[in-house]
Amino acid sequence: MIGKLLLIASLLVPQASAPKTSPSDSLLEAQVREVGSKLRCPTCQGLSVAASPAALDMRNVIRTQLKAGKTPEEVEAYFVSKYGGWILLRPEARGFNLALYVLPGLMVLGGAVLVVVLARKWSRAGAGEVIDQ
Amino acid sequence: MNWKRSLIGAAIAIPVVTLLAYGLTQDPRELPNMMPGKPAPEFALPVMDAENDSIRLSDLRGEVVVLNFWASWCVACRSEHSILYDAAARYQPRGVRFYGVLYKDATGFARDWIARMGGQNYPNLLDPASHMAIDYAVSAVPETVIIGPDGKIAHKQMGVVTDSLMRVKLDSLLAVVDK
Repeated sequence: MIGKLLLIASLLVPQASAPKTSPSDSLLEAQVREVGSKLRCPTCQGLSVAASPAALDMRNVIRTQLKAGKTPEEVEAYFVSKYGGWILLRPEARGFNLALYVLPGLMVLGGAVLVVVLARKWSRAGAGEVIDQ
Repeated sequence: MNWKRSLIGAAIAIPVVTLLAYGLTQDPRELPNMMPGKPAPEFALPVMDAENDSIRLSDLRGEVVVLNFWASWCVACRSEHSILYDAAARYQPRGVRFYGVLYKDATGFARDWIARMGGQNYPNLLDPASHMAIDYAVSAVPETVIIGPDGKIAHKQMGVVTDSLMRVKLDSLLAVVDK
């Protein structure tokens, strides 16, 4: 019983002593995370700016620009103007990148058409064989 | 009927194979070099070991400026040091301004590194929050930016510079200044 109480107390104490953030701070941090999650870290290329420990400075720049009144889209555009579309973890659906978005759908559609055409052909051939018999 | 099938097969296969072949020529890890041709982003940074002294890019308008982003922890920066030292000795008397920009490093380590390397013949700027480095799209060091007299970025070297590169770029920019 005492052990359980100690466990509950230990869980409660850090929450009670955690620094308080104003709603505007938490909104700003959420926006920093959102923008950072869309950008690739130039140093740790497999990680986003939000997740990479090496991208602290980039997160600070995002925070500074958002605080200065820029929209998340404007902050993203700033990084694209510096590093190109490469910096976006999700490539923009335009130009050559459009193939990434269109081709899978087209291939699925093409496969479906192929299946229908072959199925109809085989069923017709099967019906022909039955008539012949 | 066979030629029709072959034609449809080719019509599907050729674009897909072309696309895949193009993809194989691309290196997804290679950062694009977007900065050349763009106006050099403005900066005003303090000079290391020179109290109350700072350098503002707008004050250097009309001059050729070399910015070398480096750090004491950067192994490649060691091999580049002598090339930049020689280039600065050759081109600073002709009016080219050379600056090192300390990247993600402490001034104490930087001072030790410079002493170990036998000195540096140009000043270093401090960019502790890396704002300038991000403005210049620096992703790793060493990187060197050459700014022309028109205030535009003439060249951005991602990696170690060579002696011939410095000569070609700086001679061509100085030819414009001398005109």
